[in-house]
Amino acid sequence: MTTRATRTRLPPSGRVGLVLLGTFVVLGVLGPYLAPYDASHGVLADRFAAASGAHWLGTDSAGIDVLSQLLWGAREALVISSCVVAISAVVGVGIGTVAGWFGGWVDEVLMRFVDILMAFPGILMNIAIVATVARPGAGVVIAALCANGWVGYARVARGEVLALRERDFVAAAVALGASNRRVMLRYLVPNVLGPTFVQMAFGLGAVIMVEASLSFLGLGPQLPYTWGAMIAQGTSLIWRLGFRHYVLVPGLAITWVVIGANLLGDGLRDRYDPRRRGR
Amino acid sequence: MIGAFVLRRLGSGALAIVGVSILAFAFLHVVPGDPVDHLAGDNASPQLRAKIEHCMGLDRSLPGQLGAFLGHVVDGTLGHQCKNGDANGPTVAARLAEVMPHTLALALAGMLVAIALALPLGVVAAVRRGTWIDTFATATSLAGVSVPIMVLAELGLLVFFVELGWLPGPTETGPAALILPALAVGTHLMAMLARMTRSSLSEVLGEDYVRTARAKGVGERRVVYVHALRNALLPVITVAGLQFGSLLSGAIIVEKVFARPGLGYTLVQAILERNYPVVQGAVLVIAVIYVVVNLLVDLAYGLVDPRIRHG
Repeated sequence: MTTRATRTRLPPSGRVGLVLLGTFVVLGVLGPYLAPYDASHGVLADRFAAASGAHWLGTDSAGIDVLSQLLWGAREALVISSCVVAISAVVGVGIGTVAGWFGGWVDEVLMRFVDILMAFPGILMNIAIVATVARPGAGVVIAALCANGWVGYARVARGEVLALRERDFVAAAVALGASNRRVMLRYLVPNVLGPTFVQMAFGLGAVIMVEASLSFLGLGPQLPYTWGAMIAQGTSLIWRLGFRHYVLVPGLAITWVVIGANLLGDGLRDRYDPRRRGR
Repeated sequence: MIGAFVLRRLGSGALAIVGVSILAFAFLHVVPGDPVDHLAGDNASPQLRAKIEHCMGLDRSLPGQLGAFLGHVVDGTLGHQCKNGDANGPTVAARLAEVMPHTLALALAGMLVAIALALPLGVVAAVRRGTWIDTFATATSLAGVSVPIMVLAELGLLVFFVELGWLPGPTETGPAALILPALAVGTHLMAMLARMTRSSLSEVLGEDYVRTARAKGVGERRVVYVHALRNALLPVITVAGLQFGSLLSGAIIVEKVFARPGLGYTLVQAILERNYPVVQGAVLVIAVIYVVVNLLVDLAYGLVDPRIRHG
């Protein structure tokens, strides 16, 4: 009982990460319902309003309520990051497991492909893909981020499977006549999940960061309320006293999520790999 | 043995560059719509359209186009910019060569900043494990990897340019103007390297030969800085080299914040202008720099550490 409890409990920093990420998820889900105003259209007469009871964080150059943008932005960030992480993890674990289990030319071909994708700096490939579309929407951004997002998962899954192949329980399953499909789904994938969860946690932070960077460059979803677009707008206002929170508020939101993801990732890693504990 | 290792690594580097070239070529052809439309604008005469089409080589067969593109890669021109269909106008390479030194300077300065800040932070954290200094170093690293690079850049501008006026602001290019962008570009890597230095040095400090050195009566300072640090730094330096490419990614964003001329800024401008020959060229050049730097780091590391080249 005690061993199980200590094994499944996250270290305190990991729990802090869980709380930070949890807040993000809750706000991402509820944000659009909580937002007091429309996040796409503002009242021009109210532009550049300072923070007040009506507009807690003021309004922007188009008179849009900044708090509403922040909340809608959370929804956008949540949708994109969870889609990218989920798709990348499924594709990556699938490809990595197949490569590691079958080995030989299958492994060789898949891993050379992985090498070529990794020969690109990550964001450059995302930019190149998004650039093929005149007005990218969330779907294009998700596709662009998944295009090389799965690679890391595949590498880790393959490494784990190579080690699992040598284990007795896998040999026993093969000896009992389990099909390749059964071995992979019943015996390999469940054992790859631990390290995959660790990667998903870190991956969530990384995706939020890259998505914000794309939006900041004007290459993200063409919406006025992505966090990256908010920072881009804030950039032009940084010179004006009283408008600095345009950069700081979305910047803080991104940092919040990324710190949460990194703390949770560290915590999960410590949990799944006791050797690393205390490092 | 060294020869085989170098050859194998050169081979995979060459393969990556060919792969990258073909991807960059394919890129122009997956763009929906006619790339000529984007360059010519809406009200272009048929003559101008034909001129641009000819300049970009789009009137040739696909294999012919690939041949011409690879030819332009080999002869180093990367094709023409084809503004107004001028086939004798400035080449893509000319536009990129003009800005490339700025990006390389930025990436190198970022690397310098990262290493200069990470090593002391990591070493102190490892030597004083469990103290408040260690906690401070860990928190700094976490913040360093978690604050988005554009926010770091904006904060730097806000504090040191707008408020204090100590450092030059956007659009300037002198050496002093490199400080803020380099800090913004280097912080992520700094955080990563500080973490690595800490864990690598803590591990080495627990090894037998370090205990032997201590038992012989070697001073603590000498044990840490001479005996342990040397071995601990090997993985850190490798990662630093391999992360040069991530500095290029960071440069794309930082160049936009500071409106600095550079490969990244040119790439983003070209995308917004829909000037695909330049986009293609910039993607290719950044990718090739990345591949070549990784190759050099691998080779250097292989020469230093015999375990790698035999592995």
